Amino acid sequence: MNILVCVKRVPQTGGRIVLTADGQAIDTKFLGFTVSPHEECGVEEAVRIVEAGGGSVTVLTLGPAEAEDVLRDALAIGAERAVLLETDGAEWDPVSTAHAITEAIRAQEAANGPFDLIVFGNESADTGGFQVGIRVAVALDRPIATGLKGLTVGSGSLVARREAPGGGWETYELALPAVVSVKEGINLPRYPSVPGRLRAKRKEIERVAPVRPDAGVAVGPAKAGLRVPVEEGAAVEILGRGAEAAPAVVDMLARIGVLR
Amino acid sequence: MSGSIVYVEHANGAADRVSLESIALARSLGGPVEAVVAGGPSAGLAGVAASLSAHGVSAVHVAEDARLDAFAPEALGAVIAQVVKSGSPGAVLGPGTERGNEVLSHAAARLALPLAANVMTVSADAGGWRLSRQRWAGSLIEDARLEASVGMFTVAPHTTAVAEVAGAPAAVVTSFTPNLTDRDLRVRVTGREPAAEGSISLTDAKVVVGGGRGVGSAERFDELEELAGLLGAALGVSRVVTSNGWKPHTMQIGQTGQRIAPDLYIACGISGAIQHIVGCKAAKRILAINTDPEAPIMGRAAYAVIGDLHQVVPAISAAIRQRSSTS
Repeated sequence: MNILVCVKRVPQTGGRIVLTADGQAIDTKFLGFTVSPHEECGVEEAVRIVEAGGGSVTVLTLGPAEAEDVLRDALAIGAERAVLLETDGAEWDPVSTAHAITEAIRAQEAANGPFDLIVFGNESADTGGFQVGIRVAVALDRPIATGLKGLTVGSGSLVARREAPGGGWETYELALPAVVSVKEGINLPRYPSVPGRLRAKRKEIERVAPVRPDAGVAVGPAKAGLRVPVEEGAAVEILGRGAEAAPAVVDMLARIGVLR
Repeated sequence: MSGSIVYVEHANGAADRVSLESIALARSLGGPVEAVVAGGPSAGLAGVAASLSAHGVSAVHVAEDARLDAFAPEALGAVIAQVVKSGSPGAVLGPGTERGNEVLSHAAARLALPLAANVMTVSADAGGWRLSRQRWAGSLIEDARLEASVGMFTVAPHTTAVAEVAGAPAAVVTSFTPNLTDRDLRVRVTGREPAAEGSISLTDAKVVVGGGRGVGSAERFDELEELAGLLGAALGVSRVVTSNGWKPHTMQIGQTGQRIAPDLYIACGISGAIQHIVGCKAAKRILAINTDPEAPIMGRAAYAVIGDLHQVVPAISAAIRQRSSTS
């Protein structure tokens, strides 16, 4: 089975978000980058499917030259090929991103044969547009199930499992070729091994110029700026230090009605 | 028409809350607000449609089709696209729920229109829309513009208040059979499993005890489990705990896990990365137990104990036991 996984490189944010002086981006001077969590699980899931049943995993991202790192992470755990739709680092809106990915998939399939399965993360951790996978599936006229936390691939079809609103689970059956979007929790991604990392380092990454939608196609939304929400933070009351704080904690629990 | 069309999700014959919030945001745009309600014959669509009058909806398009008795995102997107094409709305809104985002994305893709997901505010300006929307699950706000013949938006949950309109006239309800092909219905729910019974649900719990990196290992959660047991609390964890395989992902609190809203959240050995905070910021109070008084969680906490959770948590459990044996 040939599987394509689309991933996104996002900042590895910590305790608080600091913006650049112009308010256009997260200040990443002191931050690392990582693959968006849902997509990390997407790569793991694809590698497991191929390990069990044969085939090949290709990983693709749209991003700056540095996004090569998240592709190499995927190569290190078992992806075979990697494609970078290289940008100048400016953000691409969801319509344009979906268009560039769709065109890249068409070119990849024309050159290397069709993908049986295309995997996205349910939403990117940073911009959270919730739509790129669906737009690509609709453009390619393939079925898509989203928000998945379970995937069983058979011959010619797959069964997908998703958390139902209000609790429990619901399942979908999709004919292949299909598109899915997955969520963290579908698996526990492995850490790359040292030999895996060395192998990934030597692999070639295919660089492609991403294609914008035709003029006249409505794209967006267009970012004007970013803000950190204002939080009404009350001062913290220190109840004590170490084990000696226990009586003060119990008093507090009684005061707020947790202990009667 | 100008004005807005709102896609309304429903369950058990009632409109869902975030859909009602979406109607309230649509009304703030001015102009008439119409609604789309879709489902099978047993979904109680007439009742859902009638209930929307009180929220200021002037007309409801009811799409009834037996094939929609199971959730079918692509078909629901097609229904919205049909309603949009048969009128001339200025804007289309829907709930920023998992399903709402999915269905509106299908509709937007079919209509070749952009979509802004999880908006908090929207207003019309010359030639387009000005909006604010959530990034990083609400840890960051984006101000943006959208230019399109029809503005499409999903509404971030709990950012606009539901607003009923006193004495609103009854909405005009129009039923129609949507034009759906088998292809539109190729993805639909084909099976269901009910939730496991008995366990305390993280999302409903009044008290949650959370453990993070500071717990140190899978085995050492016993101290937190003991405290949770004494308080009748649910046990949750931060992402590092599930990434390390110490606990299953279903227990994760945060951007990629559960959102909790307890009266008290006891965060033990959790530094408070923003991805964790978005999962617990609805807690009424946080008690942070951490060795680091500078940890970001302290900025969110009402109460704190500075110290090693492996000393503090057992001491609290012991003090609770002592209190119940002497009272």
